[in-house]
Amino acid sequence: MDKVIQTFELKKTYELAQPVHALRGVDLTIEPGEFVSIMGASGSGKSTFMNILGCLDRPTSGAYRLDGVAVGKLSRNELADIRNEKIGFVFQGFNLLPRTTALENVELPLVYQRRKSSVKPKRKAAECLDRVGLADRSHHQTQQLSGGQQQRVAIARALVNDPSLILADEPTGNLDTGTSRDLMGLFQDLNDQGITIVLVTHELEIARHTNRRVNMRDGLIIQDEPIEDKIDARQDSLNRTGDPTQEGDLTPQ
Amino acid sequence: MKILKLVDVARSSLLKNRLRSLLTMLGIVIGVGAVIVMRAIGDGAQKNIEDRIKTLGTNLIMVRSSSNTFGGVRRGAGSSRTLTLKDPGILKEQCRLIAAVSGIVSTNDQVIGGGTNWFTQIQGVSPEFLTIKSWDLEEGTFFTERDIRARTKVAVLGSSVVENMFSGQVPIGQSIRIRQTPFKVIGVLKAKGQSSFGQDQDDIILVPLTTAAFRLRGDSQYVSQIYVSALSADVMEAAQEEVAQTLRLSHKLIDGQEDDFTVRTQTEITEAFSATTQQLTVLLMFIAAVSLVVGGVGIMNIMLVSVTERTREIGIRVAVGARSIDVLTQFLIEAVVLSVMGGVLGIASAYGICYFLQEYRGMTTIIKPEIVAISLGVSVVIGVVFGLFPARKASQLDPIDALRHE
Ligand SMILES: Nc1ncnc2c1ncn2[C@@H]1O[C@H](COP(=O)(O)OP(=O)(O)O)[C@@H](O)[C@H]1O
Ligand SMILES: [Mg+2]
Repeated sequence: MDKVIQTFELKKTYELAQPVHALRGVDLTIEPGEFVSIMGASGSGKSTFMNILGCLDRPTSGAYRLDGVAVGKLSRNELADIRNEKIGFVFQGFNLLPRTTALENVELPLVYQRRKSSVKPKRKAAECLDRVGLADRSHHQTQQLSGGQQQRVAIARALVNDPSLILADEPTGNLDTGTSRDLMGLFQDLNDQGITIVLVTHELEIARHTNRRVNMRDGLIIQDEPIEDKIDARQDSLNRTGDPTQEGDLTPQ
Repeated sequence: MKILKLVDVARSSLLKNRLRSLLTMLGIVIGVGAVIVMRAIGDGAQKNIEDRIKTLGTNLIMVRSSSNTFGGVRRGAGSSRTLTLKDPGILKEQCRLIAAVSGIVSTNDQVIGGGTNWFTQIQGVSPEFLTIKSWDLEEGTFFTERDIRARTKVAVLGSSVVENMFSGQVPIGQSIRIRQTPFKVIGVLKAKGQSSFGQDQDDIILVPLTTAAFRLRGDSQYVSQIYVSALSADVMEAAQEEVAQTLRLSHKLIDGQEDDFTVRTQTEITEAFSATTQQLTVLLMFIAAVSLVVGGVGIMNIMLVSVTERTREIGIRVAVGARSIDVLTQFLIEAVVLSVMGGVLGIASAYGICYFLQEYRGMTTIIKPEIVAISLGVSVVIGVVFGLFPARKASQLDPIDALRHE
């Protein structure tokens, strides 16, 4: 089976007055079904790396194979199709459309789907909202949802095209601890269902919910090791009361 | 299928920004409304003029004597006397495309009668004159061919004359004097109301053509004009030609010699007047078209603002797989939907304004369906043309930059 992600000597330089070397040669291989966290200080190049992995950005040099496909030479439109079909991206700031219902937000990637699908977009979107525990919020508008709920909608949107890979750049960055833990439980559920997940965080606590931890500094990977003391968020949440849709947090920063 | 989805996307994003959408449309509403109203007023004025010219007579062809070169001396139009009393009869006999003919001898004179006097126009005409002009009698009878042959001294009065000389009393059987000659009043014409070109058509006295020629004017063998009614509107030009040829023969003009008369038709007069209103319409339409373009620039302006405002939205769409063409199409559809809706509102308000002008201002307005269709077409074109630049801008945005946009 193909590796989900394979990068070779990935470099990214921002040509400013003084060139910024955001990535300075990153090699990383991720197998199907892995749950990887990327850690590192602010400015270490995590987001730059994720954007390239998500085909939102292109490396200055080096190669990137996604599901065995060399992405480097693809056109803008081909990259759009790959984002649409293979990748679900979850952002720190949620990035939902304002004044739009949860259901419509989740449906959005299906609007741009090119291959034919037998499933009705609305049904598929509703299914995904159900998977993230928000079935009863599908007709709420973005601004009527809490931060945690918004991030769940974003995850449902990432799921709607049955991607082989979910990329999440600091998905818990704007959420409080309790909500973050619930969200990590959701990611663990999805990973158990076989979806490959790569997640950026700067909190060790969050990273401990994954299976493998990659450490970055100054545009390079300095450490790559399995998590020994994994936390199962779902076990933990059994001890706490509460329904995941009734979170307390409301304030994205 | 795909396009339908994008139409839906455009529709919902327009609905989410109702106020901005309305303001954007305003320019087009005003532009399209102005074009249609201006054109409706122009066409209305045109119709008014046509209607008025129709009151001149039925399929009317007018013959006047005109200057021709005469021993090297060229005289002014109308000053020469070339149409004779015989010409109407010759035309009547020889032209197959004409329905009625009347020579006209006109003079202006003081008329005495009813214990007062009145300065009015006296026209000597044939009985067919009434048919040609589509005039009717209010009272009494009109003179006949026998009166023409006998040069009877009878008169038919216009209603203004009756009003002024007999204070509106029916004067049939009474006597009036024109140039010392007594005439017996045998009929009164039906009033034709306000005249078509400023002069009062009812201020007139009709007498038999020959009576006017021999008793009221010295030069007894000439007529001032000949009025001819063609068989139908379709044969106007042919009849005009036939009349001219017949008169040339009658006047014994040889090839190469100029006509000593002019033949004009109602259509030509209509066209002369139409030319003026059409120029005015073109000017008004031009102004209206400028406002339409300004409306288009308004759309472009607000679409550009909208693209900037919605950079993040565009970023999100691109991030989940929208191709450039999808974004381009979405914004283009938004622009077109805006301009078409603006067009429709403009058409609706044009109908409203025209209704108002017609009902409360007494103006004639005519909204032609083709003008409505063209305006709608132009709104679509304006939507595409002025929407294209902002839409292209949106479709070229870099996803990372767009997502980072505040
Ligand atoms: N668009 C950009 N233009 C210039 N420099 C950038 C841009 N994006 C990121 N950088 C720089 O690249 C480096 C890595 O940034 P980033 O990948 O965002 O780090 P992280 O996500 O780990 O905080 C930083 O020094 C940042 O300033
Ligand atoms: Mg970052």
